[in-house]
Amino acid sequence: METRIKRRRYQHWKTALLLLLPFTVVYVLFLLYPTGRVLYLSFTDSDIAGVGNFIGGDNYIKLIGDKLFWASLWHTIYFILLTVVPNTAVGLLIAMLLDKMKRFRSFAQVLFFLPYILPVSVVTQIWLWVLNTNYGIYNFLLQNHINWFKSVPTAMPAVALVTIWWTVGFNVLLFIAGLKAIPREMYEAAALDGVDKGFRVFRYITWPLLWPVTSLVLLLQLIAQWQIFNQVYLLTNGGPFNKTIVVLQYMYVQAFQNGHGGYASTISIALFVIILITSLIQLKFLSLKGNS
Amino acid sequence: MKKKPQIQSGSVFGTILGIALGILWIFPFYWAMNTAMSVDTDTIKIPPNWFPMPMIFDSFKYVLDNTPIVQWYINSVYTSLIVVVVVLFITMAGAYALSQLEFPFKKTIFIIFLAGFMIPGATNIVPLFMMMNQVNMVNTNWGLILPQLVSPIALIIYKQFFDQMPQELTDAARIDGAGEIRILFRIFLPLNWGITWALAIVLFIWTWNNFFWPFIVINSTPKMTIPVGITQVNSWYGIAYGRIMASAVLAALPMALIYIIFQKKVSEGVAMTAGIKG
Repeated sequence: METRIKRRRYQHWKTALLLLLPFTVVYVLFLLYPTGRVLYLSFTDSDIAGVGNFIGGDNYIKLIGDKLFWASLWHTIYFILLTVVPNTAVGLLIAMLLDKMKRFRSFAQVLFFLPYILPVSVVTQIWLWVLNTNYGIYNFLLQNHINWFKSVPTAMPAVALVTIWWTVGFNVLLFIAGLKAIPREMYEAAALDGVDKGFRVFRYITWPLLWPVTSLVLLLQLIAQWQIFNQVYLLTNGGPFNKTIVVLQYMYVQAFQNGHGGYASTISIALFVIILITSLIQLKFLSLKGNS
Repeated sequence: MKKKPQIQSGSVFGTILGIALGILWIFPFYWAMNTAMSVDTDTIKIPPNWFPMPMIFDSFKYVLDNTPIVQWYINSVYTSLIVVVVVLFITMAGAYALSQLEFPFKKTIFIIFLAGFMIPGATNIVPLFMMMNQVNMVNTNWGLILPQLVSPIALIIYKQFFDQMPQELTDAARIDGAGEIRILFRIFLPLNWGITWALAIVLFIWTWNNFFWPFIVINSTPKMTIPVGITQVNSWYGIAYGRIMASAVLAALPMALIYIIFQKKVSEGVAMTAGIKG
């Protein structure tokens, strides 16, 4: 009896196998296997073709003493500080503003969202031009000749600014969805209790009810920004004097410019672990805060 | 379905502020178009012209005639279409099996797929490059396409939607003698056209815009995709800003059009994939 049930239960296993096979092959070949291999490579002195010997933890010891690695880590953290929370705040403010619009709401939303769907290189080309030292429109408006991307104090903030311009539309989109999900009755009920002034409504109604969306936005950005490479590479190329080089870019330099596949893999693993720890901590922290 | 008239709670002041800020926000893009449509000498004039006077399209024509931009377009379209179609097919099939069929180790397999979320794609670049190198696929279309076919998000979205399909539907079809693959394509797919479209558009935008992997794996100019290709224009034209901006605007055009035409689907798809990712 039991075997009959089991046979019945699994009667479609051949079809299941057939249907699952293509995805599984792709998943194993291009995600699981490379992840395993990057771990192995991090213990080798392999070149970029993958040829090399096992050298134990030497790469990790080298990494700990590598000043440029720590510099790239600090620049990445600096970039995260300049983008994650500011971008969330700007996104929330824009979403709340759009919510206050009587008409043309979706038109305005298009204006904020459009940059998000552009390729990163289009975004950086545009900003290299509008922030051009001599002919850029913003320097003209400021009556100044700031070398935005090539002087140390402005380079990373300028990259952060471009990033916010490019990606805020995504945050706005999620916040608008979140705001729509707050029932109007909440506001009406709050008004009856005397909570009807702008900031108090925000503090006691909007903010707590929006927290699940806010935490999602923060988490997604944090994970994405640890992997910052494109904008930095295209806007400053890590300069001036390596003052804006970020972790993934350092990995790129080690792998594809210096040909150190093994050491680059060690940097990858370090980044991988950092991202894993951040998301675990943040998930725990955010869910606690969400429950309170 | 009758739609209730939307109660608009906004204010006139909010409307004006929203539009003003929106226009300020998109200004750099406007400025790129302004530069692209201006005479070369006007692009570096101080004070600048706020509108292209006279408005000319020489820079566009120059870029179209003198760069492989058309080839880059073709490469991008080709790559993105293949990735979207293959990803949709394999994730739909996998999701159907995980959602509707019983087989050994089903839970374990699903958990392994879910774990894919925790792997940041960028950190796998070195071994992926080595793999492609070993099979001589560096600087080829296949090398460009294959690693982009992994999309656990699409699988999980499909599974969620398939899980919500009423069991009676599948049972009835099975009693009628329909095979599983027939049920998938004749019942599940048509009933989930909405998400399939939203997913297709978002996947298309992602693949089209993908920079890091195409930048790593392709090194000959005619094989590049649009986002990587236009970074070459800088070094060719130096300070011919009109041409650089013309190439940027041309590269922006397809995505801008897709967004404007499919605005709702794009928003839906982006929100859907974001919610899952978290």
